[in-house]
Amino acid sequence: MSGAGREAVDLELDCRGMRCPLPVIVLAREFSAVPVGGLVAVACTDVAARVDVPAWCRMRGQEYAGESAADDGTPVHLVRRLV
Amino acid sequence: MRYRSEPPPAYLDAASAEPLHPAARSALLAALDTGYADPRRLHGPARSARLLLDNAREVVATALGVRPDEVTFTPSGTHAVHLGVLGLLAGRSRHGDHLVASAVEHSAVLHAGEWHERRGGRLSLAPVDRAGRVRIRDLPPEPTVLAVQTANHEVGTVQPVAELPGTAPVFTDACASMGRLPLPTGWAAAAGSAHKWGGPAGVGVLLVRKGSRWRHPFPGDDRIDERTTGFENVPAALAAAAALQAVVEERAERTARQHALVSLVRSRVAAEVPDVEVVGDPEDRLPHLVTFSCLYVDGEALVTELDRRGFAVASGSACTASTLTPSHVLAAMGVLTHGNVRLSLGRDATREEVEAFLDALPAVVSSIRAEAGL
Repeated sequence: MSGAGREAVDLELDCRGMRCPLPVIVLAREFSAVPVGGLVAVACTDVAARVDVPAWCRMRGQEYAGESAADDGTPVHLVRRLV
Repeated sequence: MRYRSEPPPAYLDAASAEPLHPAARSALLAALDTGYADPRRLHGPARSARLLLDNAREVVATALGVRPDEVTFTPSGTHAVHLGVLGLLAGRSRHGDHLVASAVEHSAVLHAGEWHERRGGRLSLAPVDRAGRVRIRDLPPEPTVLAVQTANHEVGTVQPVAELPGTAPVFTDACASMGRLPLPTGWAAAAGSAHKWGGPAGVGVLLVRKGSRWRHPFPGDDRIDERTTGFENVPAALAAAAALQAVVEERAERTARQHALVSLVRSRVAAEVPDVEVVGDPEDRLPHLVTFSCLYVDGEALVTELDRRGFAVASGSACTASTLTPSHVLAAMGVLTHGNVRLSLGRDATREEVEAFLDALPAVVSSIRAEAGL
């Protein structure tokens, strides 16, 4: 998870190959495992995740912390738990 | 041919295609027998066809508040869009090659822009706000032509066409709004599509304002109207004109009724379906159209289950698109793209149908979520 290396990631979710809305479902299901302030990294090949993960953050009151890339080039979406 | 014996479905996808208006049907049937000849010829049957075509042009001009010589019939709305965008660019080729289009234009506009790019031109997209309205202050600089739709075809938001800067001629794609809302002011060229107002498919309308610099971007043809291509479908043009005249005459009553029904959908969906985002401008919008997205729901499953229960709706979710990419409109707005439903009311849509849809929706959404383990 090279791009996220600057900051510790508390939970990594591998959603490669999943189609929408599965990555967001996985994110919602696993999210409560990290403490408030924690960072979740979701690796998604599905292009809809680029819109849907930030939209989920907005609807859920969480912070979208940007996008980086995994070592294999897969986009990785970073989400910080605020509530 | 019928595929099922249940009651006919509630057709809630009029923004994809409005059923043929009765006025269009009778005009079409009458003109099929009299409008077959080549309107350019000098004999009697040709004069009849020419008369019908001129009549269609005048009726459309009156319905839209433009001049008859500003109206061109095209073989589709898509073709009218291509002619409008590329013809304005061709007319200004000495000034520049920069097309600026809003990021939420119909794909027909974006395809024209990409075609322009492949020929060495430039295309820039103008950002929109969360409601899908183009941000005029953030327009890319130095446009040669500006393309901003009259109202968005997916979320209904009306665009501020009249407020665009006067530095470049404006093409406005009015396909989603023609017949339903009056045309805005301030455009040099515009396009409409008859099957979206209750005319037949295969008829588009290109409008080019008198005095605008427009040049044919394609090989052109030797028709009466220099902007058109190919033998005119005179009966279909007349039917399209008859439908447009009728829907404009009926507009005041229908707009008020549809606007209120869509407001009902917006408020009940937001109140009765958990984790849903109803998008687009709540008031300054097309009267007949509403879009919402349901968190954790597969758009294809949602549309399929609604169809099974008798409701025909569209979706902008990736899994429902031939390209498997989410709607570029929803993406540009930054709103949820999955679990998306676009509901649009045709002229005969009833309050009962809309209420039946609203009664059925929460259980459909919760059953799909339950299957996903949520």
